[in-house]
Amino acid sequence: MAMAGPEIEQLIREAFPDAHVIVTDLAGDGDHYGARVVSQAFAGKSRIQQHQMVYAALKGQMGEALHALALETAVPK
Amino acid sequence: MSEPTEQRIRDIIAGSDVVLFMKGVPAAPQCGFSGAVVQILNGLGVPFTGINVLADPDIREGIKSFSNWPTIPQLYVKGELLGGCDIVREMFKLGELAAVLNDKGVAVAAS
Repeated sequence: MAMAGPEIEQLIREAFPDAHVIVTDLAGDGDHYGARVVSQAFAGKSRIQQHQMVYAALKGQMGEALHALALETAVPK
Repeated sequence: MSEPTEQRIRDIIAGSDVVLFMKGVPAAPQCGFSGAVVQILNGLGVPFTGINVLADPDIREGIKSFSNWPTIPQLYVKGELLGGCDIVREMFKLGELAAVLNDKGVAVAAS
């Protein structure tokens, strides 16, 4: 049921073409990832909204195939 | 989500200023992410109501669609979703959490 890191990265890139995306397999078990997403699309959005946008990009995988994703979002400086 | 479930969630969130939907109970969290948020709230001396979603499958599924937020824990302050583990941790680290709670009229013991 786990998801591959490159697959996560691709879904995020599809939704945020301008984004700088770093996906890390935190535990090395293909089940606990960290992602840092930096995109202009986050400008003016609250943290909640930014994370919801990334969750939407993952098309329902979050909380299902993807068990844990420590998420960090930011607007480019 | 069924209407009774949605109404129950509304009632729970309206019932306390600070509500944490979590896995396990505050004294014994059953997930590291839930435990991390409990620790932060306890550290700030913020009284909160913990809702164990593992004990209630309807709430567990319902709360995800309620706020369009796919994961547990979820922290609600005065009826509004503040965030999950990542956001709460980040806000705490930046010192924003106590300020936000204060702004919303929630007493914070430590700051």
